Amino acid sequence: MKKVYSRPKSLKKATFHYCPGCGHSIVHRLLCEVFDELKIQDRVIGIPPPGCSVFAYNYLDVDMAESAHGRGAAVATGIKRACPEALPFTYQGDGDIAAIGTAETIHAANRGEKITSIFINNAVYGMTGGQMAPTTLLEQTTTTSPYGRDAALEGYPIKLSEMLALVKGAAYIERVAVNSPANIKKAKKAIKKAFQTQIDDLGYSLVEILSPCPTNWKMSPIESWKWVDEVMSKEYPLGVIKDITGEKDAD
Amino acid sequence: MKKGYIEIDQELCKGCQICIAFCPKGSISPADKLNAAGYMPVKFDDNGECTGCATCALVCAEVVIEVYRD
Repeated sequence: MKKVYSRPKSLKKATFHYCPGCGHSIVHRLLCEVFDELKIQDRVIGIPPPGCSVFAYNYLDVDMAESAHGRGAAVATGIKRACPEALPFTYQGDGDIAAIGTAETIHAANRGEKITSIFINNAVYGMTGGQMAPTTLLEQTTTTSPYGRDAALEGYPIKLSEMLALVKGAAYIERVAVNSPANIKKAKKAIKKAFQTQIDDLGYSLVEILSPCPTNWKMSPIESWKWVDEVMSKEYPLGVIKDITGEKDAD
Repeated sequence: MKKGYIEIDQELCKGCQICIAFCPKGSISPADKLNAAGYMPVKFDDNGECTGCATCALVCAEVVIEVYRD
């Protein structure tokens, strides 16, 4: 019999430190599969964030440069301008890209920086213990909103991808999820297209990924995968938000 | 007749059991003993049916499943 599925080449043989059922490890694997398929492992420079995925350099066998909290887009800008042949990508959580790093991200997109951002949206601050994030849904209970998020007190869930779609420099923005076989395939396709957008020098690309966080949502892995489908993707609808890659010339 | 089979690295499995939920043939089940990390891994039923569709590998968060097909 023939082997039809095994570990991607650019994913190191190491045990993930993520909780069982976490979406991070799936996204790591999808990234590595895309690196292998596009043969860009030598050109990619990753910028992991503070957060659960701060140790992404232990798993992804590509160059990595750690950034200060939220400043991934600024670091990626520097790398891209210093080495235009490199393919920097930022890997950011919702606390990183949608809270402390909103300004950097919006301005990097507005300048049309040729970088790629992978935005992991799990609606809570995962690493620090499940506090409320700007992306937390209304009425969702977290450790800092024990009675549920109240719009009058804490505002509304922020939709960063839609905000970035208004910015002229952004070329490709899509929201996907990693909570079912079909959605995981779509997520991989979106990540591949985002890197292709960067390879073709078309502008800023971002993939928002709705990712289950069973530990902080206080659910079993399979319940959390269903919750993404039944609750979270109602507030954050999946699909392409902006795509002007077809309108621009590839060179 | 079996068209495929999978190999699970039980020492690295964290027992999230998502592969069990998505296996179309129901051929994966919890193992009977804990691994060194203290998780209850999953096992492939030797007598179970497998078409080698690789859905289990696609949803596996720990990348511990290898799929073989004719």
